[in-house]
Amino acid sequence: MAKLRQIAFYGKGGIGKSTTSQNTLAALVEMGQKILIVGCDPKADSTRLILNTKLQDTVLHLAAEAGSVEDLEIEDVMKIGYKGIKCTESGGPEPGVGCAGRGVITAINFLEENGAYDDVDYVSYDVLGDVVCGGFAMPIRENKAQEIYIVMSGEMMALYAANNIAKGILKYAHSGGVRLGGLICNERKTDKELELAEALAARLGCKLIHFVPRDNIVQHAELRRQTVIQYSPDSQQAKEYRELARKIHENSGKGVIPTPITMEELEDMLIEFGIMKTEEQQLAELQAKEAAAG
Amino acid sequence: MPQSADRVLDHAPLFREPEYQEMFARKRAEFECPVPDDKVAEQGEFTKTWDYREKNFARESLVVNPAKACQPLGAVFAAAGFSRCMSFVHGSQGCVAYYRSHLSRHFKEPCSAVSSSMTEDAAVFGGLQNMIDGLANCSALYQPDMIAVSTTCMAEVIGDDLQGFISNAKKKGSVAEDFPVPYAHTPAFVGSHVDGYDNMIKGILENFWKGAERTPGTAINIIPGFDGYCVGNNRELKRLLDLMGVDYTFISDASDQFDTPSDGEFRMYDGGTTIDEVKAALNAKGTISLQYWNTRKTMDYIAGEGQETATFHYPLGIRATDALLMKVSELSGKPIPEAIRLERGRLVDAMADSQSHLHGKKYAIYGDPDFVQAMARFVMETGGEPTHCLATNGTKAWEAEMKEMLAADPFGASAQVWAGKDLWHLRSLLFTEPVDFMIGNSYGKYLERDTGTPLIRLTFPIFDRHHHHRFPLMGYQGGLRVLTTILDKVFDKLDAETIVAGVTDYSYDLTR
Repeated sequence: MAKLRQIAFYGKGGIGKSTTSQNTLAALVEMGQKILIVGCDPKADSTRLILNTKLQDTVLHLAAEAGSVEDLEIEDVMKIGYKGIKCTESGGPEPGVGCAGRGVITAINFLEENGAYDDVDYVSYDVLGDVVCGGFAMPIRENKAQEIYIVMSGEMMALYAANNIAKGILKYAHSGGVRLGGLICNERKTDKELELAEALAARLGCKLIHFVPRDNIVQHAELRRQTVIQYSPDSQQAKEYRELARKIHENSGKGVIPTPITMEELEDMLIEFGIMKTEEQQLAELQAKEAAAG
Repeated sequence: MPQSADRVLDHAPLFREPEYQEMFARKRAEFECPVPDDKVAEQGEFTKTWDYREKNFARESLVVNPAKACQPLGAVFAAAGFSRCMSFVHGSQGCVAYYRSHLSRHFKEPCSAVSSSMTEDAAVFGGLQNMIDGLANCSALYQPDMIAVSTTCMAEVIGDDLQGFISNAKKKGSVAEDFPVPYAHTPAFVGSHVDGYDNMIKGILENFWKGAERTPGTAINIIPGFDGYCVGNNRELKRLLDLMGVDYTFISDASDQFDTPSDGEFRMYDGGTTIDEVKAALNAKGTISLQYWNTRKTMDYIAGEGQETATFHYPLGIRATDALLMKVSELSGKPIPEAIRLERGRLVDAMADSQSHLHGKKYAIYGDPDFVQAMARFVMETGGEPTHCLATNGTKAWEAEMKEMLAADPFGASAQVWAGKDLWHLRSLLFTEPVDFMIGNSYGKYLERDTGTPLIRLTFPIFDRHHHHRFPLMGYQGGLRVLTTILDKVFDKLDAETIVAGVTDYSYDLTR
């Protein structure tokens, strides 16, 4: 067996991480790879398109029912989806209570100790929005994900988030082996989106792995709880995801230590691309508006 | 006042003086909203019934007096078995005070361990800086050869990454790059001290074995497991192994660390497995774990390194010691010498001598899974019945293995196994299905008071008796001591039952 490859998808909430990761993994499984998905988001929506179900029972939900994690069996928490992809979800507490980060640690430890990582080529972590605490950094610890893929788009907040995640990776890169695999731009049809994504990748010292164009077929497939690969295997969008999967597969060992930029640098870049206005511009507009009203 | 400078009374007789009795009564009446005595007695009687037992066992969200401790305690104990090794617990300070006092109260010896003293700011920002400063301070102040890092709940909840932190601390120069800092994540809210022991031993082995090439040799490793009797047991086992002429290494041996002599020199570190010994242990032919439930992950890891492995459940008594010695003989190729065969015969003889007093006696046994298993087997060897076998940190797998062992022996026919239950459950069991004796640790003294079941102290922790741990329980010599301890209690009880002159002294006999 080839060495186990572990990757993780990070990115701002709502950016399409789960959709992108599931479509990519559905394409990877077509390439003959054996895959385990570890959903690390309390929302637990990292596997529904692969399983074609609503939401899967999570490790922590089942553990709470059974009394403790030690009472669980791996079969209880691992479901088999599209073309044999193994699916697990860590789950977590209701919003506003408990500690979701600890949940991620508990779930990953359980999966590792109970053999979920045996006999797979790929482990893919799908992690929620921001790396807000140590628990959500669990997938980038030593001996976990070797490469992180940041899903982003041309919106301001997505770019902030991408830069923040790069900071998180940098913190762990010097003590462990984690690297930034690259950016995946999920098109939102904002102005100069491709250029902006490429510019950010250049600033972070990484590649823009792929620019995934926007296509409504993704939503159509999602409504049917399917990936595009499964729903419409011959569509152009399915080809895009296959291309992304191929690039990620060939990117093994080519991750980099990112060079995140400061907030000022990021804002300067956004102004340069016209995403953000300078204070002078904003003031001028405000004065014009006030004059018109007066 | 009864108290005077010329004749100072201890608190116990002092509190029985009328002045104090009156004060206590007034305090109770005026401030404690007392429930009438008859109501208290009535409720007390209710807790002895089957009805209450059923309610007690239906308990879901409350644990009362669990017979277990938390993971870091096991990790600190494991680390204490290595030469010049300082335990460094990453987390809040109070936790570490508990491990130290718990071990000190049992061994009556000082116990050193340091904390990274995380406070609120560390909980918010992560404990990296505490690790950096802590490792530097620990190394400068106490000159250890290695620092073994474990964690408290606090560090685990915020997800501190030990591997990353230690590596960062080394980069910052807290300790040299090649200074050994093995580590183990030991969340106290998962498992128990036996798992913490397992994690730390595995962490230490991985630290020294990773990347090393194994050259299979002929020596044997022994991993004792968490054992409050390590002082007596390890020394006894070494005596047996030396008699056999076996080449062996103890992986974690706290027998000297927790039994330092008073000769004018304070030893912060004494004895234990050296770093060179740990490194060489990779090349052993095989590794024997004396306590399977303490070393599950460690033994998996060792088997994966290519060694033969064998596991036991606290080898004590005839059959378990036989099995251990035969396994050692098989692995080492060394025969069991005549001297040991004679020791065995003497233990069998002693057990036969006392047979009439032990046959049919019923016991409640509680403690760590391996100990309970060992003691239940020994009790059956003496013709006794292990009526209640309880391990708060026993798993479902332990329960199944216990039931299988008990079912194979006629003396185990009526035995019941209680995995995951606590000492308050045991209290109900002792009232509803009484036994003759209880075998466990000091915490059983309150059950002894409530239920009148005599307690035989034979496992960690023993806080209220001294020096028990200096004598072995394992091996044939250990079996002799366990036998004697049980018999002493049997005869004490018999004497107490026949001691009233002219009333019960028909058989207050000189010879038993």
